[in-house]
Amino acid sequence: MSGVRVLVGTKKGAFVLSADGKRKNWTVDGPFFAGWEIYHMKGSPADPNRIYVSQTSGWFGQLVQRSDDGGKTWFQPGVAPGEEAQSWPPKPSNRFAYDTSAESGRPLTTHQWYDGTQHPWEFKRVWHMEPSLTDPNTVYAGVEDAALFKSTDGGESWHELAGLRGHGTGPQWQPGAGGMGLHTIILDPSNSDRMYIAISAAGAFRTDDGGQSWKAINRGLRSPYIPDPNAEIGHCVHHVAMHPQRPGVLFMQKHWDIMRSDDAGENWREVSGNLPTDFGFVIDVHAHEPETLYVVPIKSDSEHFPLDGKLRVYRSRSGGQEWEPLAKGLPEKDCYVNVLRDAMAVDRLDDCGVYFGTTGGQVYASPDGGDTWSPIVSNLPAVYSVEVQTLK
Amino acid sequence: MRVALPYHLRNLAQVGGEVTLEVTGAVTIRSVLDALEARYPMLRGTIREYETGQRRPFLRFFACAEDWSLAAVDEPLPKAVAAGQEPFLVIGAIAGG
Repeated sequence: MSGVRVLVGTKKGAFVLSADGKRKNWTVDGPFFAGWEIYHMKGSPADPNRIYVSQTSGWFGQLVQRSDDGGKTWFQPGVAPGEEAQSWPPKPSNRFAYDTSAESGRPLTTHQWYDGTQHPWEFKRVWHMEPSLTDPNTVYAGVEDAALFKSTDGGESWHELAGLRGHGTGPQWQPGAGGMGLHTIILDPSNSDRMYIAISAAGAFRTDDGGQSWKAINRGLRSPYIPDPNAEIGHCVHHVAMHPQRPGVLFMQKHWDIMRSDDAGENWREVSGNLPTDFGFVIDVHAHEPETLYVVPIKSDSEHFPLDGKLRVYRSRSGGQEWEPLAKGLPEKDCYVNVLRDAMAVDRLDDCGVYFGTTGGQVYASPDGGDTWSPIVSNLPAVYSVEVQTLK
Repeated sequence: MRVALPYHLRNLAQVGGEVTLEVTGAVTIRSVLDALEARYPMLRGTIREYETGQRRPFLRFFACAEDWSLAAVDEPLPKAVAAGQEPFLVIGAIAGG
């Protein structure tokens, strides 16, 4: 029987929400890693039992957790399930060292700080885990300060793909309000060497050689709040989405503006259209309709909550420009939550389900492509991320 | 000798209370943490930074009611700690709030 598993990362732990294909009756498991910040968790497309988790703490730093049984049990990669803790030598599953080697690395340079001065690169945490489309043991990690890491041994060890940090524009990259995180990683299913990433606030980049070299793909983005609004670097890209059957078409929620590219990011054009506000964080694409998009408009960069206290998803069935509000089942008043950049996902069942989580601890689900919504849970800690696994 | 860990690190190491360790040679902050990480490899990187070996900034070390957070890591800890009469404390740097 088909079903879905919704992976929810929160400020105080991880939760796994499960349902059959009807998506009406839900089982809630968790909290896992209670008390820790879970920035992101995501399952492997090649093995749905394999799930990677970014677990982090201001006190104890970064950890990586993994499940090989669909979220029932967890372990730090390198310490096998049931194994005594004495394993030695330990596998450094939580060591994210910038590669400064002469062979494959780049010098550890500086980036722009909030006040415009230069600041050294410092690892802080993993924002996003992106498992390979084909190999459960291969996974990418987007980190703060912005860099891309790769593991080919199931998360037991990591090495930096230093060509991105060494792009040469690093001194112009600067942190967004939440830090200088690499938050979006998109793998092209038609070309294993092509990958897209996005950084707040540097912009979007693409590699066509498996991560060795990178090209900034920000032409057409316009950000009036930076010194050169049309600069190649410095745009606060909040999230990017792609339909796997059309890997050259990208949709972006920038700080302000919904943007679209039809040429793999070479050129962007604005498709905010009739949205009441085009500030926001999330953006996603319907599983079966590549021109159907979802965003959650947020009032402004100074007021991170929905307009007029009404939580609404907006849907475009035309690839942008024309948007319709979706409100059935969502709060109609007194709602002042935010929806963070990695907190929306779609399932791939015949009737596409759409999910998003809020900083107020609600996770909403729509089993009918956004027409109607209901909360799966209402009182979790602030939701950082939502991912969905479609189980056959 | 004995080490008392904060709640989250006890969970991570899958231990209930204090940890008992055998430390060879001088009992110092460095040798205690080396032994702790050898016994519980899941704690590597959580108390001291991988790259620098430095104590993570929001953690503090105490022994025999004294603050050892800023002490040299190779300085011998008090005899009562080395003998296991008193624990070496790893504490999250929050007193309340």
